Parts: sequence; C-alpha cells; structure tokens
Amino acid sequence: MSCCAPGVEAAAELGGAPSRDEILLASRDLKDGLRQTDLSVPGIHCGACIAAIEGAFRDVPAVEQARVNLSAKRLSVKWRGDTPPPIIETVSRAGYEAHLFDTEEDAADPELSRLVRATAVAGFASMNIMLLSVSVWSGAEPETRQAFHWISAALAFPALLYSGRVFFASAWSALRQGRTNMDVPISVGVILAFALSLYDTMAGGAYAYFDAAVSLLFFLLIGRTLDHIMREKARSAVRGLIKLTPRGATVEREDGSRDYLPANQIETGMLLAVAPGERLLVDGIVQWGRSDIDCALVSGESAAQSGEPGSAVRAGTLNLTGAMKVTATSDASNSSLADMVALMAVADGGRARYRRIADRAARLYSPLVHATAFLTFFGWMAATGDWHRAIGIAIAVLIITCPCALGLAVPIVQTVAARRLFEAGIMVKDGSALERLAEIDMVAFDKTGTLTTGRPRLANASEIDAGALALAGAIAAHSNHPVSRALAPFDDGSQPSPAIITEHPGLGVEARIDRLLYRLGRAEWAVPGGSAGTVLSRDGQRLASFVFEDSLRQDAASSVEALRRDGFPVAILSGDVEHAASRVAKQLGVGDVTARLLPEEKVARIAALAAGGRKVLMVGDGLNDAPALSAAHASMAPSTASDIGRNAADFVFLRPSLLSVPNAICVAREANRLVHQNFAIAIAYNAIAIPFAIAGYVTPLIAALAMSLSSIVVVANALRLHPVADRVPAADPRSRTLAPKQQALGQPLAGRA
Amino acid sequence: MSSLVYLVPLALLLGGAALGAFLWSLRSGQYEDMQGAAERILLDDD
Repeated sequence: MSCCAPGVEAAAELGGAPSRDEILLASRDLKDGLRQTDLSVPGIHCGACIAAIEGAFRDVPAVEQARVNLSAKRLSVKWRGDTPPPIIETVSRAGYEAHLFDTEEDAADPELSRLVRATAVAGFASMNIMLLSVSVWSGAEPETRQAFHWISAALAFPALLYSGRVFFASAWSALRQGRTNMDVPISVGVILAFALSLYDTMAGGAYAYFDAAVSLLFFLLIGRTLDHIMREKARSAVRGLIKLTPRGATVEREDGSRDYLPANQIETGMLLAVAPGERLLVDGIVQWGRSDIDCALVSGESAAQSGEPGSAVRAGTLNLTGAMKVTATSDASNSSLADMVALMAVADGGRARYRRIADRAARLYSPLVHATAFLTFFGWMAATGDWHRAIGIAIAVLIITCPCALGLAVPIVQTVAARRLFEAGIMVKDGSALERLAEIDMVAFDKTGTLTTGRPRLANASEIDAGALALAGAIAAHSNHPVSRALAPFDDGSQPSPAIITEHPGLGVEARIDRLLYRLGRAEWAVPGGSAGTVLSRDGQRLASFVFEDSLRQDAASSVEALRRDGFPVAILSGDVEHAASRVAKQLGVGDVTARLLPEEKVARIAALAAGGRKVLMVGDGLNDAPALSAAHASMAPSTASDIGRNAADFVFLRPSLLSVPNAICVAREANRLVHQNFAIAIAYNAIAIPFAIAGYVTPLIAALAMSLSSIVVVANALRLHPVADRVPAADPRSRTLAPKQQALGQPLAGRA
Repeated sequence: MSSLVYLVPLALLLGGAALGAFLWSLRSGQYEDMQGAAERILLDDD
C-alpha cells in the first residue's frame, strides 16, 4: 500500500474478484484487436498512486497502455489478445482494490460538453459586446456607436443561435405540452430584446440591448453548467461502486465443458456452476453441492440460509462457502430480480407527481411578467401613440424582469448544496431530490444493511473463556462465512495455529491441532446430539457457545435520536424475522416496527402513509427495498446497496456512518430556506425595478447593472450554505465510545476481504 | 475613429483565438483529469 489509506472502499463486499471471462465481457473493442477495460479504483488518492499503478503495468505483457484518472479514481487499460491480461491482480499487487466499471454507460457525456461549449461561446460574445457597450455608454459619437451596435449584433446573433438553443429547446418543449417553465420567460425576453435592438440598430437608434441579452445567457449558462457538472460527478461516483449483479454466469454443458455466458444468453434449464463468493444471476434449484447462502440483500434476512440439493435459490443472493451446481428456473429477464424492476416501475409515486420549485414559480411568474409588459405597451400606446417607443419600453420591462436572478436562484443553491453533500460523502441524483428531501416529515428505515451492517457480531464475548475465543478466532480466520469473519478478529496469536483446516459448507470449519479435532460451526454437527446455535468443540466436547447479533451501523443510535429530536417519526420496515427486527428496534428505541414484509408490502405501507398525508423518506439497501425506494417521496441508500437499490435511490451515501441521513436532511432544509430567500431577493428587486422600467427610465446601462447586481447577490447568498461538518449533531456519548471499538473490529475484516 | 478600424477587429480576433483554443483543449480531453494533470508534473518518468 502506498501513502494513501483506503477510504470509501471499507464498504467493499465479500464476493470474488471478477473472473477473466467477466473482464473480457465488460471490455470494449477499440479496433485492430485492441480492447479497453475500465476499472474503478477507489483507493487512488495522489500522484504516488498514479506512479505505483501505472508502473505496475509497465512490464505486464499484452498491456498496451494503462492510464489513471485521478479525479475520477479510475483506471483504463488498453490491451491486445483474446484473453485479458491479469489486470485486477496487477492492481492488487500494487496495493489497490479494483472493480469493473460499466463501460457502456460511460460514453462521454454529450450534454455536458454541449453546455460548456455554449457557455464559452456566450462568454466570449458577452465580454466583447460589453467592451463595446462601455464606450457606447460613456458617450461615443453617433457614427462610432452605430458601428459598435452593428458589431455587437454580429456577435450576438451567432451566440444567441448557439448558446440560446439550450433554453429555447426546453421552453419550446414545455410550451408544446401546454406547460410553462423558467425557460419560457428567459427565451421570450432574450429573443425580443435581440429583435428590438436589431431593429433599432437598422433605424440608427441610440439604445441597443445586445449586451443584456447575451450576458443574461452567459450567467444562466454558468448556473446550468455547474449544476450539471455536480450531478455528473455524483452519478459517476455512484457508477464507480462495486457492481453487485454479475454480468454473466458459468454454464456447464452436457459434455462437461464450461462456458462463461453473458446474462442475456442464460436460459431456463441451463446448469450453472456457482463458485463460492459468486452472486446468482437467475433463480434456480440446487442440483449438487452444499453451501451457505447470504440473502441479506435480496430478502433482508440477516442469518445465512443453507443451500443443499433440492432447495430453491433466488437471483441476487450470494453463495458463501461451497461450490454448487444450480439449474436455472428463469432467465435474466424473468427472474425475481426482474420482477423487482417491474414492481419499481409501477411504484413510481411521489417523485413523478412532484413539480420543481422553479417550475411552480415560473407558472405564477411568467404570466405576470408578460401581462405587465403587455399593459405597459398598451399604456404607452394610449398615452403617446408612438408604437416604437411603446415597444421599446415594454421590452425594457421584459429585460428588467427577465428572471436572471430567478433562473439562478434555484440551481446555484442546489449546486452548492450538492457540493457540500459530496464533500460529506453523500451523492445527490438531481436537484428535485433535494427539494423533495426538504419536504419529508417521516423517515422509514430498512433494517438489514441499513440500520445494521448486515454482518453478524459476537454478542457474548465477555462470557466466553479467552483461550477458547482466541482459538475460535484462529480457526475462523480460514473461512469466508460471515459468522467466521465476525470471530476472526479475536485471534490474538496466543493459540497454536491449526494445521489442517477443512471447511464443510453448511456445517462449519474443522481443524486439527496436536491430533485433536476441533469443530467450529453448527451445534448439531460439532457436538453429537447438540442443539441449535454456533459452538466450538474439541473431539465432540463443547468448549464454547457463541451468540451473534446483527451489529448496528455506525452512529445508528445517534442518527435515529437526532431525527426524532428534529420531530421526524421513525419507522422500521424489515423483511427479516420478527425477533431480529424487534431487537434492533428496541436497541434504537423505535416503536413503529414491522417485520417479514414482502417488497410489495413495503410499497403498500409507503403508499398508505402517503395517502395519509405523510411524506416519507425511505432509507434502504436491498433488492427488496428498491420498489419502496422509488415509491417514497425521497429515498436514500448506502453505497453497499444492491445495484437497483442504488439506482432507485435519490441519494447514495458512501460513508459507513448513518449520520449521513440527518445530515442530508439538514442540508436539504437549509438549501430550501436559501432558495426561498433567493426568490424573495429576486422578487424584491423586481418590485423596485419594474416601476422604473414601466416609467421608461431604464437604459441599457441600468438594465445591465441591475441584472448583474441581482445575480451576484443571489450567488453570494447561496454560498452561505454551511459545510456539513459544522453541524453534525452532538453524538450521544455512548455511541462515541462505541465507534472506535467498532472500527477496530472493522479494520481487520476489511483487510481480509 | 481610424484607429478603431483595426483595433476592434484585432481585439475580436484575439478573443476568437482564445475561444478556439478553449474549444480545442476541451475536445482533446485536457479537462478530464484536472487533479491527475497537476500531480503528473511531479512524476519523473513520463
């Protein structure tokens, strides 16, 4: 390992490194036999990491080029040949953990580069026009003024066509659907200002608003581009997380040959070989082999299930200990995983009906502005009969009210908020998610993997003889079963290390030390005639019994406490058995707990709460939570969540601490307050400026000044949003003393993973 | 006035050149890894 400590990847799941076949499947064909594989390497932190990783690839044959992207924490390797070079192995030899990245989703973002180019063009045009305008404002000769107006028009026209398209297209599509959004008044104002100025320039008039029209575009494009960059950053951080759904599976043919086939070629009835550490791609029935199966992500059950010939296994579950052969009873498109996706599509509730604040404001604002401009026009027409003057003043009204500040009011605050959340390890999908999170008045948690880590923890360590515990730890270090992984850290090196170790899938681990037979595992297997539970035995004699509980996620208690203090009712919706759910509920002091919920029942609960006027934030990680995540008013998922859970959630938090939930709510609420303040500022500014505009006192100089000033005020106000670290609620002392201990336990586990 | 005849086009030309340079650097991917570029200058071997 280099100078850099591992950060985010503490979330790394057990689950084998992708096979060569999977790497081949995920790679992209460049041309002439050159292929590219993209990997996410969360441990990259500095220049030394670049040198270490790129250096490690220098003498790997078949690798053409390895290039690290430090900002995105990504590595792309270009290689030749039919089988991929040992990419993952090379990276891990350099001391880093790498996982495959979705190449197909990773096409360069055309929207972003279009926005950046539009901003650059608008910036160029507005600066040059402003430069010319300054000399016009300071009283240029009519002849010079006329020439400058023509040059300004020549600059403004292409800029309007190129950069203005962003707004025109959006305004047009809104109008076509009979709606109106913020882009409608922007587009109308900009186009009319340009048209009038062009007419005036032809007629040799004194005033032209080219500068106002183009700099308005420039300011708004800056806001829009920042907004997009922030969201893109969050999206790519979420995409860089470990993909938990396999891309394919190993199929065993009748003649015994094995092929790795991509997901869409797996058919019902195929015999699949599932190695330990692999996730199942489809539903199936075990034909051969014995293993323990981790269903936490699929059903929320925290205890591992046993898999033996004849038992049914579901897509998305993780095979822990032994090799199995499974007959597929579904293909990838109709597995229980696909059912969940279908359920999600139906469940899309609160967010589909939600209308953005800016759009709601525009619905009130644009008719008002346009009506004012019309009335001004008719007023001046009636008073003077000079239609050119009337149009000029009406357009000045439009420019002054053109929502420069209003257009920036929302995106700039949300950009700053997203940035603050990003620094705290919370990724936001889009701005509407922030607005919805600010409205929630209730929080529902999933249990396994959300309130708890989903990993068992030894509950009765104090009652067990230290020697037996250390011995159990030494034996457990050789197994991948979650229970073993919970015991392994207790190995303090004081016990002789076992000579022969055999793992019996579904039963436990067997070890020989000095001709004595030790067994760690199910009681009925380790001790003849033993009852349920996990024990350590020597030659059939019980040495110790272990009691495990699902350990709480870091800061779970203080987070729930903080939420309750802020007046949010907290509920637990679990798919696990009653006693496991109610134990966690009791530890956290949550009264509202429901266990054994099916995915559709979770959705029904959320829908019932919504019908009762509640706006629920759902926090969950599993496949079984995904429909509820999309049904809720707003949703959050930890980075360890299933792929579709992460996709369904509005927010994904990367840190292990559950404090991310109250922190995110805090930021969203403060952002919401700032948005409303910004609206108030913009409206106050309009209230002052409109009378002057209606009275005909607004010259291009005043318009440009007023517009820039209001934009700056709005941006400055948005920057007042505090960083997240400033307001972490005072953790209660109990959890603070617990935290280091949990970390001490967590580290060796992460190291072994 | 006479000086403006060549000064204004010159200014526009320079501005346009800067815009062109920016668009070119954008297209050639120079903004894709800002942090990496800053660190790479310190690496000896490339």
